Amino acid sequence: MQRVLDSRIWPLAALAVIVVIAPLFFSSLYDYRIGALVFIFALAVVGLNLLMGFAGQVSLGHAGFLGIGAYAVAIGPTYFALPAWFSLLVGAVLSGIVAFLVGRPILKLKGHYLAVATLGFGVLVAIVLTNEADWTGGPDGMNVAHLMLFGWKVHGSDTWYWLAGATFIVGFVLAANLVDSPSGRALQAIHDSETAARMLGIDVARKKLTIFIVSAIYASVAGSYLALFDGHITPDVAGFLRSIELVAMVVLGGMGSVFGALVGAAVLVVLPQALTVFHDYEQATLGLIIMVFMIFLRRGIVPSLSAAFSGWRR
Amino acid sequence: MRALQHIAMAAGVGLAALVGMGHQASAQIKIGAVLSVTGPASFLGDPEKKTLQIYVDEINAKGGVNGQKLELVVYDDAANSNSARTFATRLVEQDKVVAVIGPSTTGSTMAMIPVFEDAHIPLISLAGAVQIIEPVRKWVFKTPATDTMACEKIFADLKSRKLTQVALISGTDAFGKSMSVECHKVASKVGVRIMTEETYGPRDSDMTPQLTKIRDTPGVQAVINPGFGQGPAIVTRNYRQLGIKLPLYQSHGVCSKQYIKLAGEAAEGVRLPCSSLVIADKLPASDPQKPVVVDYARTFQQKTGQAVATFGGHAYDALMILVDAMKRAKSSDPAKVRDEIEKTKGFIGADGVVNMSPSDHLGLSVSSAFHMLEIKHGDWTLVPGT
Repeated sequence: MQRVLDSRIWPLAALAVIVVIAPLFFSSLYDYRIGALVFIFALAVVGLNLLMGFAGQVSLGHAGFLGIGAYAVAIGPTYFALPAWFSLLVGAVLSGIVAFLVGRPILKLKGHYLAVATLGFGVLVAIVLTNEADWTGGPDGMNVAHLMLFGWKVHGSDTWYWLAGATFIVGFVLAANLVDSPSGRALQAIHDSETAARMLGIDVARKKLTIFIVSAIYASVAGSYLALFDGHITPDVAGFLRSIELVAMVVLGGMGSVFGALVGAAVLVVLPQALTVFHDYEQATLGLIIMVFMIFLRRGIVPSLSAAFSGWRR
Repeated sequence: MRALQHIAMAAGVGLAALVGMGHQASAQIKIGAVLSVTGPASFLGDPEKKTLQIYVDEINAKGGVNGQKLELVVYDDAANSNSARTFATRLVEQDKVVAVIGPSTTGSTMAMIPVFEDAHIPLISLAGAVQIIEPVRKWVFKTPATDTMACEKIFADLKSRKLTQVALISGTDAFGKSMSVECHKVASKVGVRIMTEETYGPRDSDMTPQLTKIRDTPGVQAVINPGFGQGPAIVTRNYRQLGIKLPLYQSHGVCSKQYIKLAGEAAEGVRLPCSSLVIADKLPASDPQKPVVVDYARTFQQKTGQAVATFGGHAYDALMILVDAMKRAKSSDPAKVRDEIEKTKGFIGADGVVNMSPSDHLGLSVSSAFHMLEIKHGDWTLVPGT
């Protein structure tokens, strides 16, 4: 099982099958919406997982990039008459540049200091989005125009399901390739021991910065999708709780597992919907379930389960 | 393993509850609600949810609407517009509700509107901002008075005191920001000049610098503070500490005893526009709203043990307008109900007297929505002639 998950083709095939098969169980557009949200968040989580799981750097401000992507597709078409898809690219480039500028000083920090610095960055983005009301509509947010692709209006939860699913597969393939490349192995070396990695001649600072930029771009694209899908965006997309939610998705799904990103996102998007039957106790139940997951599946859902299935390897 | 057993039990109970609800559901009218019961706007969503539950139970005890019982489906969006949109889709697609009340915040409302416009199901929002009903959207209504109307009420009172040059000090939260924008629009229409404007963050603990600037701005005759939560109480205290003698106006965002408690003696003489609910027992007997607000305040207090808040009143009005519309339509068909909501005339609610029309999906007039109050001896008093 471990070997199957580790090889590159099988996870991809399994993923494609999941994307295609899942709608057979959908009974309404609501289910498609949930599915689309899972893929959109999973996209951001794949990027964050590269940073956390492979490079071993914690970011508590990743929703900041979600926010930059989201507001890029809101502001671009509204104030500059740019097409939405082009605004998405602008947002991604902007996120990359911001990550470069912010990452250079921040990634010199380690452990808790790094976490706090990224936290500060995320909060900063949320404050700017809230206060620059002339551009962003302030705390009440702003409307986002529909995405037009080749004269075709992307509209409806089912359409977004397929678009988000396809994009997630592309993001998944890119991430899996990166993990298996020399760069990916260098990152894992940094994760295990920065000193040892440096001794091996790996440019630690540069590699960390590169992966920070890559993960920022993933989050930015996910943010753009979220904004275009919802048609309205508020600053809470970039809020602290969103950042925590993304980190929780990474940890729950399994750090260092690209497939875990999808599982983590699925659990945290679907569970709150499933738990509404508990009414006033839904938050408490959600917390309880996450605690149980973390106690019994300590390394995250995917790595723990795949280890359990191939017990002989441990 | 113990823990797992408990979880299995809890899941079993939950499932049983779910199945039970499914059985009841036949021949009922399903009404949806998305409210911010938890999270940063829980002070809105909590009384709204309690109000809806109290009155749905009461209506059902009296035999329901058109011979059918009401079934209320409440979801908590925690003031997150993305969740609000998901729950909106869920109410339409899965729960198949005939109408929806909420959400509590403007951001969530704006995110939900397209879902109901597409599904042709009426939505009665409980959020404040005027952008929800302007431009008028066929399927969207709301019950709380807008901040535009609060500005109009304040400016009318200013003009009756022959004051025309004001300063604003507003919070940077959603409420303060939205009201400040609306006050600027109204000011230019009614001939009031805003000489200067200062802002403060929702968690700031000292507004002395901003108020000092306002004090030193020549020509200011009165100060208005669009804001919410603890900010206005701090502004009020700092205002007195600096010895500023100009009249101070607060907004409808602080129409609660909590504000008077926080501001203490500094609140003496402060004026603010509030809905009838706040001064239920002080309204003259001739006021048409008196029986409604007194009854609502008493019921809410009895059932929940909490002091009544204006936000619950928004939910009360939304539910009653909806139920009246269903009765008049003799149906719970969403399209027919929508047409009847739009024809609501002379409805007396907690927020005022509602007269809707195809061009007005709020239906409140400034004079019925707000009374100008002045704080005297730590309590509200009606300013005569308002």
